[in-house]
Amino acid sequence: MLAYIIRRLLYALPILLGVNLLTFALFFMVNTPDQMARVQLGDKHVSAEAIEQWKAQRGYDKPLFINTAENSEGLLTDTIFFEKSARLFVFDFGKSDEGRVIGADISERMWPSLAVALPTFIIGISVNIVFALFVVMFRASVFDTAAMVLCVVLLSISGVFYILAGQYFFAKLWHLVPISGYLGGTDAIRFLILPVIIGVVAGIGGGTRLYRTLFLEEANKDYVRTARAKGVSETAVLFRHILPNGLIPILTSVVVVIPSLFMGSLLIESFFGIPGLGSYTLDAIQAQDFAIVRSMVFLGSVLYILGLILTDISYTLVDPRVRLS
Amino acid sequence: MNTVVLGKMRRCGGFTGRLQTGLQKSGWLKAVSAVTGRFGGAGLWLAGALLLAGCSDQAWNNPHPESEASANILYSSFSERPKYLDPARSYSTDESRFIDQIYEPPLAYDYLKRPYELIPNTLTAMPDIHYSDADGNEVDADSAAVAFSTYHFRLQPGIRYQPHPAFALNDKGESLYLFASAAESEQYRSLDDFIEQGSRELVAEDYVYQVKRLADPKLLSPVRALLSDYIVGMTEFSQIASDTRKALEEKAGKQAWLDLRQLSMAGVEAQGRYDFTIRLKGKYPQFKYWLAFHFFAPIPWEVDRFYHQPGLAERNIVLNWHPVGSGPFMMTRNNPNEVIILEKNPNYRADYYPVEGSPEDVAAGLLDDAGKQLPLLDKVVYRLEKEAIPLWTKFMQGYYDRSGIASDSFDQAIRVSSDGIGLSPEMTEKGVTLEKEVVLGSYYLAFNMLDPVVGDKGDAKSRERARKLRQAIAIAYDQQEMISIFANGRGEVAMSPIPPGIFGYQSGEEGINPYVFDWVDGKPQRKSLDEAKRLLAEAGYPDGRHEKTGEPLVLNLDTTTGGGGGSAMQNWMIKQFKKLNIQLNIRGTDYNRFKEKMQTGNAQLFQWGWLADYPDAENFLFLQYGNNGQVISGGSGVNSTNYNNAEYNRLFDQMQLMEDSPQRMEIIRRMIAILQRDAVWASGWHPHSYVLNNHWVRNVKAHGISKSVLKYFAVDVEQRSQAQAAWNAPVLWPIFVVAGILLVTLLPGYRAFRRRQQRRIQTALTNTTSAEQEG
Repeated sequence: MLAYIIRRLLYALPILLGVNLLTFALFFMVNTPDQMARVQLGDKHVSAEAIEQWKAQRGYDKPLFINTAENSEGLLTDTIFFEKSARLFVFDFGKSDEGRVIGADISERMWPSLAVALPTFIIGISVNIVFALFVVMFRASVFDTAAMVLCVVLLSISGVFYILAGQYFFAKLWHLVPISGYLGGTDAIRFLILPVIIGVVAGIGGGTRLYRTLFLEEANKDYVRTARAKGVSETAVLFRHILPNGLIPILTSVVVVIPSLFMGSLLIESFFGIPGLGSYTLDAIQAQDFAIVRSMVFLGSVLYILGLILTDISYTLVDPRVRLS
Repeated sequence: MNTVVLGKMRRCGGFTGRLQTGLQKSGWLKAVSAVTGRFGGAGLWLAGALLLAGCSDQAWNNPHPESEASANILYSSFSERPKYLDPARSYSTDESRFIDQIYEPPLAYDYLKRPYELIPNTLTAMPDIHYSDADGNEVDADSAAVAFSTYHFRLQPGIRYQPHPAFALNDKGESLYLFASAAESEQYRSLDDFIEQGSRELVAEDYVYQVKRLADPKLLSPVRALLSDYIVGMTEFSQIASDTRKALEEKAGKQAWLDLRQLSMAGVEAQGRYDFTIRLKGKYPQFKYWLAFHFFAPIPWEVDRFYHQPGLAERNIVLNWHPVGSGPFMMTRNNPNEVIILEKNPNYRADYYPVEGSPEDVAAGLLDDAGKQLPLLDKVVYRLEKEAIPLWTKFMQGYYDRSGIASDSFDQAIRVSSDGIGLSPEMTEKGVTLEKEVVLGSYYLAFNMLDPVVGDKGDAKSRERARKLRQAIAIAYDQQEMISIFANGRGEVAMSPIPPGIFGYQSGEEGINPYVFDWVDGKPQRKSLDEAKRLLAEAGYPDGRHEKTGEPLVLNLDTTTGGGGGSAMQNWMIKQFKKLNIQLNIRGTDYNRFKEKMQTGNAQLFQWGWLADYPDAENFLFLQYGNNGQVISGGSGVNSTNYNNAEYNRLFDQMQLMEDSPQRMEIIRRMIAILQRDAVWASGWHPHSYVLNNHWVRNVKAHGISKSVLKYFAVDVEQRSQAQAAWNAPVLWPIFVVAGILLVTLLPGYRAFRRRQQRRIQTALTNTTSAEQEG
């Protein structure tokens, strides 16, 4: 397995390089270093000299990919792409365009992100699985139809609506929780209740439908029929037979997102004023801060690849027939 | 685990305790325990969260820590992370609201007096100004031979900086925190890790040091280029600083600290402990306003050295994020992702609430705290609020003391009636007060005067035709309607670039733009569309078509808010031009590209705005000064129209050197008349700012220029606590309704589940029995 993991990690390097190249090209197609300087320097009294100095201080005065003024080594290394991208591979994110250390910001902001994402994830998965199993138990009944209609309705509603409705009723009308904000320590719990509930409820429609399909597929298999024929109770059939076997496809969609939980949720964090990595990314995009966007895209790619590797490993844990080679 | 949670619940007073007793009696608690036990951590987490939320006397939805309940704190918010808190770099209102409470420039604005008046801040008196000729001989201020102006400043003795580790000294009187390498500073992860703090007296050298920082090219001060035109030796100093730094960095690395005390600037000099001078080229009457800007706030060299130590910048411990000043407040927490906290500076000097004010100020209670030591608040907490709805809701719940009014909330807050604009009954009932002011700024729709169709190009005839075209558009474009529809009436039509409250502004009949308005029944009335159409025909476009080719006249408007006329505002603009049968093509672009177009003069019509740096007509009339043209200045000029009128330029040169006087007023009148005739702006408006204050906030008076006003604000904490409790009682019936719905849903479901379990077993048994019987 170790050899497999090392091989997968090595495969990841060209992928990450490609992601970096793509992000870099896209960003610089939209934004030239001059434009980035203007955004950072503001509107009033911005001279051409100030723009040049801003670029020079941040290394944006160099050629993008190839430095023809340099010799063999500097040809590729003394460029914006190399200087801004190579360090990412050792997780040195550098400074944002406004001068803050990105690594320090990320390590500070990942905790609020996790504080929202982790409970939402765990509770959401649990609720969806339990709900899906009950729907499977009553398959082809009125309850099944009603549940599916409800799921489609829930699925069709925009995430923003859940947030606004939640804020309106729970915080504004009923005064049960703060409408937004964040405090450290145990105080954080008061601010997390509503985002977590909304995150869970908003995911029920899609999650339940998906898991129901997966469980139904299992429910029609021979071993389930055999179990029933042996007189095993429906609960035992569901939880001891269908659930473990249905977990394999569920793992595909679940394990892959676990590392990405660090990255937070753009929408939830933004609306609830939670200072996590989701709102950090969104702010950076709005402020056209390439250094942060580049770092977050890179980090997102790394975590996604990590998630895929974890998924493969988890297959071997839940299904002994699968072997990594 | 459940026991722990429930135990905590028992310790809770108030409603939660009563709720718990009720639940125990009804047996619900067992049910809850069973549920949490069955579903494990997830349910327990939620239950625990709800219980924790209820375990205090404060309202459940209170976003502030309980420990602050009775503290003398003002709660406010910010929507954008401040980028720069270094007084040499910062040039934004969003940043000034923080650092102007911390840094103290030599001058300040009187809080209550209108028109705005400068007063000494850290000085014993207003600066003494001496004028001299090229040979250094003293001359009168009015003399044509004035070559230099020398400002003499005398500081109040005994002003001390806030406590800060940069001033901490060891037994030998040396700085306590000096690190030779990044490894030595490794243990200090944040500014809080520096336990020892110190302070020292503010001295003249600190102001000199800051002027040198403004000149240092590395700091990218936005005012360096502007001030270099005036301060003697600033340009030369920039070059010297640049060269010295380059040599230093080659030797000691990029983070090396350049001690600016080693380098001298010809025009800035400290004379003893409390005196210093700044020498300017020629006369620059507006310089006094810059002296009230944070750009001229003192920076002690120890602080500059402290923040340049190895390893600190890597942990965001930099002056740009942790300002150090002698002002009424000090920044004790700067987490731009969450909260920024200012606390009272324990070393703040003797500074008292004003004792003079107008009768209106007295009536408004603005002199109730007259003569009291400032600041009146102990702490100011700014929380990050990016969305308008939560911000507004928290204000209405009493958790923010002050709030602006977003468009969505306007109808809830304001009633517009025949009596004018006032608070809605809901706001009046809550005791909210409205703070209104005309923003010292202008937003405008303008022409690029370099454009061949609408600009001031070609021979006299074509220039005259273009002028008539601009005048026709100015008449057709109904700015008042735009303000009513899109700004909820919060603004007034600009008759000239100068807003009310600035010397040079004229109200009434003599102030109207006679090319667009007539004075009818004591108020301005826009000229008729027929007049606009007549002008359009004279411009060579009868009924909006080219008189020779018959082609329709198409004009292009560059804007930063999406193109295609999709938005309501853009549709409205298209309709304004349609009145003259002119087709308006809206070209949407991002702000960067828009600025690029402006810089290269590639726009035809555009919208932009200007907010005043200081309350002087020069700061508005320079928006049309030829030398400030965007194109000829390479993008650094503020004249985005590229207007260049010789007579206007001549009058501007004359006006900018004059103090306010009837003569100056006359020149300003003539300049405005030129602008109105040439219709450089198709239209403009001066926005009004509306800020709401909850009834426990005192001493609030809008100040159009100064942001250094927090020290005057006060709150009645007792009133706030009472209001918060009254406005935020939790509504519990929805919880019981939801629980009831869940029960109603789950109980039949559980029964169905049991039936199904039994039915299958019975069916199976029946089948087996039948089979046996058949067998």
